Amino acid sequence: MKNGNYLLTGLTLPNGSKSDIAISAGKITEIAPNLIAAEGFTKVDLAGSIALPGLVDLHTHLREPGKEDAETVLSGTMAAAKGGFVAVSAMANTSPVADTAGVVEQVFALGQSAGFADVFPIGAVTEGLKGENLAEIGAMADSRARVRVFSDDGSCVFDPLVMRRALEYVKKFDGVIAQHAQDPRLTQGAQMNEGEISSRLGLKGWPAVAEEAIIARDVLLADHVQSRLHICHLTTAGGVEIIRWAKARGISVTAEVTPHHLLLTDESALSYDPIFKVNPPLRTQKDVEALREGLADGTIDIVATDHAPHPAEAKECEWQEAAFGMLGLESALSIINQTMVTTGLMNWETVADRMSYAPAKIARYAEHGKALTVGAIANITLINPAQSYRVDRDLVASRSRNTPFHGMDLQGAVTATFFRGLPTFLNGKLASIHEGSPESAGK
Amino acid sequence: MKHLLSINDLSKVDAISILDTAQELARVSDGPMKKLPTLRGRTIVNLFAEDSTRTRISFEAAAKRLSADVINFSSKGSSISKGESLKDTAQTLQAMGADAVIIRHSASGAAQRLADSKWMSGSVINAGDGTHEHPSQALLDAFTIRKHLSKGATDLAGLRVAIVGDVLHSRVARSNVLLLSKLGAQVVLVAPPTLLPVGIESWPCQISYDLDEVIASVDAIMMLRIQLERMSEMYFPNAREYSRYFGLNSDRIRAMKAEAIVMHPGPMNRGLEITADAADGARSVIVEQVANGVSIRMAILYLLLAGNQEIAENGVSS
Repeated sequence: MKNGNYLLTGLTLPNGSKSDIAISAGKITEIAPNLIAAEGFTKVDLAGSIALPGLVDLHTHLREPGKEDAETVLSGTMAAAKGGFVAVSAMANTSPVADTAGVVEQVFALGQSAGFADVFPIGAVTEGLKGENLAEIGAMADSRARVRVFSDDGSCVFDPLVMRRALEYVKKFDGVIAQHAQDPRLTQGAQMNEGEISSRLGLKGWPAVAEEAIIARDVLLADHVQSRLHICHLTTAGGVEIIRWAKARGISVTAEVTPHHLLLTDESALSYDPIFKVNPPLRTQKDVEALREGLADGTIDIVATDHAPHPAEAKECEWQEAAFGMLGLESALSIINQTMVTTGLMNWETVADRMSYAPAKIARYAEHGKALTVGAIANITLINPAQSYRVDRDLVASRSRNTPFHGMDLQGAVTATFFRGLPTFLNGKLASIHEGSPESAGK
Repeated sequence: MKHLLSINDLSKVDAISILDTAQELARVSDGPMKKLPTLRGRTIVNLFAEDSTRTRISFEAAAKRLSADVINFSSKGSSISKGESLKDTAQTLQAMGADAVIIRHSASGAAQRLADSKWMSGSVINAGDGTHEHPSQALLDAFTIRKHLSKGATDLAGLRVAIVGDVLHSRVARSNVLLLSKLGAQVVLVAPPTLLPVGIESWPCQISYDLDEVIASVDAIMMLRIQLERMSEMYFPNAREYSRYFGLNSDRIRAMKAEAIVMHPGPMNRGLEITADAADGARSVIVEQVANGVSIRMAILYLLLAGNQEIAENGVSS
């Protein structure tokens, strides 16, 4: 396995054509049907699999430093590899918060040594995520981690003046502010989507307008200062409408949607099982349909997981005591297959865009999101769309088990992930830590 | 039926059977031998993770009249106040051999969590969970209404009941809307729009913002407690304005139908949602509600823990 020469056979490319792919020394060396394995090449039969450019996640909680009981950079990137991702973006709400060059460099270095995927730290917008003073944005941008995406995710940058300044400031190095759109006053103590279900369950509502009002404000601010805005985890039909309007006006806004918001609704809360408690909350079927439509037509640019590991005790409790968040990396591509591809809303070329090209472009990850062409870095995700499997929370690679899909049959299984020419996930197994590490790749 | 978590757990037939059983048990309670041997040797835990006086005492009295062993476990001075999780508390109770847990908790859904989890195997009875439901309160309210107004019918068909006040935060309102409508009554909720939840259109009831418009048409009026902390949360300008529009006073009492009754689940804020003369007047059945609560809770314990067979064997009337 160590020489890094692979011949992947029986594939279908995103454009539908059949092909084999040869990989050597970390690059794609040949793409053509019926290739013959040269001496020293390991042949991998992937008949029935679609080959996609390696997936890029723009929204990942790796929990390290500070919450290593829930996830580490290593365990999180193993989950990423299993889910077909070759790059993840580590959110800043760690402890300490990633609001200085020191913390982002530490997370970046942990990713490098883990070797399962590139880890790009996201920097905090404000010190301690408090929403008051700007964090050391310039220092993080200039650090070895070269941060380009800034977010207070988990909290909204609510003060409009702070948001304006942040949007302006990151123009210096072509950065982007990723906003967690949530009006804190309208969502005090909020537990779930505000509507028919919350009224019956007696759980405090998180109204759609609390998301939409911030999105509307921020697209106007981005327009005013001519900067780049990214909206995290869009969940409402109204939010999709606002983004569509903003794009039509030529505003530089991009948006993401999570797999869980494309599949689940607030009816899940009827069980009072906090495995379904997430922020922003699961919405209604009408919202799910608008999100799917928005992702298909490009109003929503990307899929991002918002992978949010939590230890068991954070979910084995009353709903209102439980933590917000659910695992996402390992099931993301299957859910996109199920909600967007099998439904005919998107083809595989569009999946490649929404899960690889577009997120890499938004975050300026120069080595990612490239089409599968000869000479390109061999970051490749393989999925067999016909293969279904039952999600088992006891078999996840993540250190936490809080998947809302436990027991559910999902269609479309990741069959292999190649990261810089080496399989991080193959034949149902993750590479051993040693094999996956960059040193063994001879770099 | 193993648990009582929500009125949704009951069919109309189940609900009527609880009311009928309570009626028979009330007759026993009025007799010389108040105690029945039915639940002898059974352990019932009163798990009150939120302050409560009347519901806890009512369940305790009900369990004791059925000869059960009752363990009271309340938040103050217990492991709950030391931050013990619901899971650990439940497993402790299981280890102690609780046959049933009566739970009052500030979190909506806590009773269902307890019942659905594998933390304990006994019956779970919801004695009020957050702002979700309070099924035994609704059953005692239905029992009280039936006794006064049904003219011998087993259900509440043709009756109109107003529930007035803080519907948004009221578990009593949620359970009553479900139960009274199930029993054939027409329910109208009366409140300022701020105290009605978004999404209420799907509830089986009518909505009004005007108490004076509905007062003359109802057979029973149920006043909900306005919690003092709502004052600072801008649901209405001040107490005086709330009382003026939504309080029950003697003028409004006079506008009611001749035989209409006044109810309140307690504890009351006299002078806010109800004046003293309305609370203590001839139409008031508020004290009687408390007495009926014991009979209803005996019936619930009886039906959940003894099962129908034992009812026949021990014979309520034997």
